[in-house]
Amino acid sequence: METMNIVVLIKQVPDTWSERKLTDTDHTLDRDAADAVIDEINERAVEEALLLKEAHGGKVTVVSMGPDRATDAIRKALSMGADEAVHISDAALHGSDTIQTAKVLASAIRTIEGVDLVVAGNEATDGRAGAIPAMLAELLGLPQLTHARRVEVEGTEVRVERETEDGITHLAAELPAVVSVGEKINEPRYPSFKGIMAAKKKPVTTLGLGDLGIDPSEVGLAAAFTSVVESAPKPPRGAGERVEDQGDGGVRIVEYLAAQKLV
Amino acid sequence: MPLTDEQRALRETVADFATEHLEPHAVHWDQTKHFPVDVLRTAAQLGLGGVCVREDVGGSDLTRTDAVLIFEALATGCPSIAGYVSIHNMVARMIDQYGTDQQRHRHLPALCRMDTLGSYCLTEPDAGSDAAALTTRARRDGEHWVLDGVKQFISGAGTSGVYVVLARTGGPGAAGISAFLLEPDTPGLSFGPNEVKMGWNAQPTRQVILDGARVPADALLGGEGGGFRIAMSALDGGRLNIAACSLGGAEAALTKAVRHLTERSAFGGRLADAQALQFRLADMRTELEAARTLLWRAADALDHGEPDATPLCAMAKRFCTDAGFDIANQALQLHGGYGYLTEYGMEKLVRDLRVHQILEGTNEIMRVIVSRWMLREAA
Repeated sequence: METMNIVVLIKQVPDTWSERKLTDTDHTLDRDAADAVIDEINERAVEEALLLKEAHGGKVTVVSMGPDRATDAIRKALSMGADEAVHISDAALHGSDTIQTAKVLASAIRTIEGVDLVVAGNEATDGRAGAIPAMLAELLGLPQLTHARRVEVEGTEVRVERETEDGITHLAAELPAVVSVGEKINEPRYPSFKGIMAAKKKPVTTLGLGDLGIDPSEVGLAAAFTSVVESAPKPPRGAGERVEDQGDGGVRIVEYLAAQKLV
Repeated sequence: MPLTDEQRALRETVADFATEHLEPHAVHWDQTKHFPVDVLRTAAQLGLGGVCVREDVGGSDLTRTDAVLIFEALATGCPSIAGYVSIHNMVARMIDQYGTDQQRHRHLPALCRMDTLGSYCLTEPDAGSDAAALTTRARRDGEHWVLDGVKQFISGAGTSGVYVVLARTGGPGAAGISAFLLEPDTPGLSFGPNEVKMGWNAQPTRQVILDGARVPADALLGGEGGGFRIAMSALDGGRLNIAACSLGGAEAALTKAVRHLTERSAFGGRLADAQALQFRLADMRTELEAARTLLWRAADALDHGEPDATPLCAMAKRFCTDAGFDIANQALQLHGGYGYLTEYGMEKLVRDLRVHQILEGTNEIMRVIVSRWMLREAA
């Protein structure tokens, strides 16, 4: 492979440190209630794409679907070193489910010529569906290598160490392919001052549904395959059980864990 | 003065860096007098090694206004480290501005990466505020200069790889002073012991001792006799950055104070519900915002080469470093006994910020600069 043409998917999510809530009317995310940041796992996806670009040469394009203010997340990825961006923004997308989202993202990726690799985070911290990378691979007709903790490209082959609760699996596929990365993949770089100053000059293409040839009636809350009927905040954490150590603390903790069938 | 998106991003990025890499270790570094050179190299990856240095030698080529945002954010993690980075930047910027192409390319790439650190050597044991009275002597010897004298209170000394040394090459007064670039392997160059001091313990402070220190002729920075002007012009930017470091330290102290008053209860209620303390918080915040506004005004004047830039930088340095110390000291008081315990990080902030009222020109000298300018304008 001469150089790599890499697409990274990023998502703007509510900051996990701020209070997150759903709107009362349609149970969609209340985006105004919390600070919006680029999802941390996406920073790792961007980092991995940049490492691959640095090793093989090429270009990194960020693709993001989200409201206007997602430009902040896009700019962060550009300031880290991504070369250009595609921002899909359309009011009709509000409330779209994972399948609709995957279809829109697939359409946007098809507008980019000669993509060798699509890199995504394995799941977002807000919805936590964790399904987009697989759906996208299916729609694009590409191999999927998900939950990567290590990614290598040699020639026209991508090799991945996949880590899940079931253990570690070694996967390999011919490019082009879709890779999703896990938390352990890398430590994302800080944007450099030069990167921050350069980000504004990098091209960002904004696409609406019309540009992608998607009918607004196919997407959004009304057409979603899933619907949220009810939502309630997580109950506050209970006080827990207190064990006073009177020389038998260790034994009593093990007894407690055994009663919970944890040991 | 609204910030641009880029300026906000610069500030956020550095604040994130300070929160992750400085703040968790700051008290430990202070207590153990550890100079975290490895962390400085990481900071340099952001561009902190040459904030206002041109890009061809690895600098970030940012404005003074950008720089004060950056240094304030950095100091929220540790004023001592931020203060050293400010001095390093002053050295790098002097070489960028006054150095020959050869000097720039020899020193700046490594300074910008912070693989090499810089020290600024102006003050002497018997010449502090009256810097033009310095007695370190440089005499020409064929193709060399030979320097004799002692420099006092030098940040980074013993660790640094480049020393900008001001020495007398001519007659008495400012016009007889020249600047030199010394490297650590210079014969006749040595360093005193690490000073025991009140704050700024995360960086070394030593004497720089010049005993027949011999450097090649091309170690001269700027023209012969031009050293004092170079040294003073570098201090305009240095003062802005130190002022910014005071604000960052004060911001950290104020954040801690607000948290403490919210969490602590006495006399049947939260401390934060006591109006006397609420008013104190309001005054601290107001002082901080007023100081920041003056700092941005001074940085903007320096960026645009306004004729009153130097007195404005002096005003900002005086006002911000006084306000910064005062806010940190009040924040300590609001913590009660806990403020006095090292573990809470408050007393360290107070100790660190105290020296900002002394270095880069004492706050008394700032008043000299301002009043001289006022009276000259009136004449």
